[in-house]
Amino acid sequence: MRLLVIEDDRDAADYLVKAFREVGHVADAATDGEDGLAMALDGQYDVLIVDRMLPKRDGLSLIGALRDKGIETPALILSALGQVDDRVKGLRAGGDDYLPKPYSFTELLARTEVLARRRGGRNEETVLRVGALALDRLSHQVRRGEDEISLQPREFRLLEYLMKHAGQVVTRTMLLENVWDYHFDPQTNVIDVHISRLRSKIDKGFSQPLLHTVRGAGYMIRDGAR
Amino acid sequence: MTALGKLFRTTTFKLTLVYLTVFALFAAFLLGYFALNTRRLITEQITDTVNAEITGLSEQYRLGGIRRLVIVVDARARRPGSSLYLVTTFTGEALAGNVTALAPGILDNPGWTETVYHRIDEAETGEHPDHHALVRVFQLPGGFRLLVGRDLEERERLYHIVLSAGRWSVAIVIVLGLAGGLFVTRRVLRRVDAMTETTRTIMAGDLGERLPVAGTGDELDRLADNLNAMLERIEALMRGLKEVSDNIAHDLKTPLTRLRNRSEEALRTAKNDAEYRTALEATIEESEGLIRTFNALLMIARAESGQAREDMREFDAAEIARDVGELYEPLAEEKGIALKVDADTPAKVTGNRELVSQALANLVDNAIKYTEPRDLVSNGATPEIVVRALGEGDRILLTVADRGPGIPEADRSRVVERFVRLEQSRSQPGSGLGLSLAAAVARLHGGELTLADNEPGLKSIIALPRGGPVQMAG
Repeated sequence: MRLLVIEDDRDAADYLVKAFREVGHVADAATDGEDGLAMALDGQYDVLIVDRMLPKRDGLSLIGALRDKGIETPALILSALGQVDDRVKGLRAGGDDYLPKPYSFTELLARTEVLARRRGGRNEETVLRVGALALDRLSHQVRRGEDEISLQPREFRLLEYLMKHAGQVVTRTMLLENVWDYHFDPQTNVIDVHISRLRSKIDKGFSQPLLHTVRGAGYMIRDGAR
Repeated sequence: MTALGKLFRTTTFKLTLVYLTVFALFAAFLLGYFALNTRRLITEQITDTVNAEITGLSEQYRLGGIRRLVIVVDARARRPGSSLYLVTTFTGEALAGNVTALAPGILDNPGWTETVYHRIDEAETGEHPDHHALVRVFQLPGGFRLLVGRDLEERERLYHIVLSAGRWSVAIVIVLGLAGGLFVTRRVLRRVDAMTETTRTIMAGDLGERLPVAGTGDELDRLADNLNAMLERIEALMRGLKEVSDNIAHDLKTPLTRLRNRSEEALRTAKNDAEYRTALEATIEESEGLIRTFNALLMIARAESGQAREDMREFDAAEIARDVGELYEPLAEEKGIALKVDADTPAKVTGNRELVSQALANLVDNAIKYTEPRDLVSNGATPEIVVRALGEGDRILLTVADRGPGIPEADRSRVVERFVRLEQSRSQPGSGLGLSLAAAVARLHGGELTLADNEPGLKSIIALPRGGPVQMAG
């Protein structure tokens, strides 16, 4: 995917561009709001990564200007202001995701990929499938092969989110935000326990596990056979 | 600004001037009124006397004719302090009386007139002071004219006395008022100056200073008292801030030092990629812990500064209890603890849902962390944690009760402070900020966090007023 990093800290911008290129993406950088807006207006990018505070034009106004012109490129806002209301402000201004600094690159990458994928056609099928695992969003039934798996409502939502992003890394904070709607960091890794519960329900007794832990990043559901 | 200029500019002095003007005007009005009325009264008296005399004299004339009148008038005119008399023929020739040198034409107009005159006895001695008199000219039957009057000197003298009394009293009012005003103003000014002086010292950095209180309980004292209370609060906040920065310095520097040591050690001793990798992974883990601590600190600061009051709306605390319970239930179960949620009836409250969730999550997290099921089972107790949400009067209570070791009563207020962790819990992971955050969130909502004995165990209670924080009056 093609990314535009708009970040005034040149070191941080260079680091991001380099890191994105290393994992196989194409990334450009802009170091102020006006340049960033001009480049983003070309519309050649899949995702924009926008620092909240930029010289010449701040991140929120940049995104607002883009949206006014009908350009809907997903934008992820980076900000040193990590508070809930700043997040809300960012999303209200037209941002699609929000990541407080300091962030880890794996977190940023995971979120960027989710945003890029979302653009490539909204995942609205009623039945999500990963290998033999099928989740029916209407009847709330989950099957793996012939076996019906019974899940608690929250486990269902957890699995649904993972399957919606099958093949992509999903971080713990993404799960906490999207499945639980919490934007804080529980001091203990409660998510891990929920995942291991879910895993015991969908993977237990099968030789081929679907739910994988990605070390240092999060989780991914994928069909290993493929 | 000169001292005098400063004095004149004070509110007290300006008030004094206003009062002074009002009182001076009042005094002038009072005396003026008095003077006019006295004058009127005297005039009335004169009129009455003169009328009575004229009645009496015209009676004499009726009884005894002009001869008798002349005799009576002469007799009366000779008495000391007598009225003024003049009897003339129709041509104006004086027959009897004690006045002369009347203003011309007076006798031609019967009725009341004010006129100058000379007394005959004075005219004889050669002195001619002008006197004023109020006279009445009466036409007697037979062409004779009778003039009776009273000297006005008395009236004028009284009038002048009152007038000068008026002047004096206004002058005295002004002098006394000004002096009093200056005195009061200087007294007030001295106290205000003392306050200003103290304020300067405080601004210069000595927060321990307090404004002087005279002890009279007046408005300046009340002001000083309130300002002192404010200073008290500021000082407490500053102390808190200093404590925080000390604690931050300590609790962030320690892991930072570890981070640095580890990196240096890796640089020095690592021999292959695998060893570098291990060191780097440890570094990242350490930095994550740091970020976590940092976030918690920011969150507390935000809750304490009251910024989060802006996004307060109504939510159901019971729902939060259920959600948090659900989030932590697997973690508790994994540790062999039964996590029960007792929150079936809605408990609506106004506040910041996110922060309250986090506060409750911290309490549950702590409860799980400090409950050791093995110890409990060996003691015959059930390892359980109960999360409760219930309304109680105008408050809602979010309670987390565990069967852990509890907190000794003496330590309960201390553990709410930032970074305080009891010795036995040092080994547990965590920033030591969980309870402080819960307490800060409770305070933000105008509520409180209390720690109680669960007999055995710890019962942490977040009490929140249903209506949200009440803005402090004043």
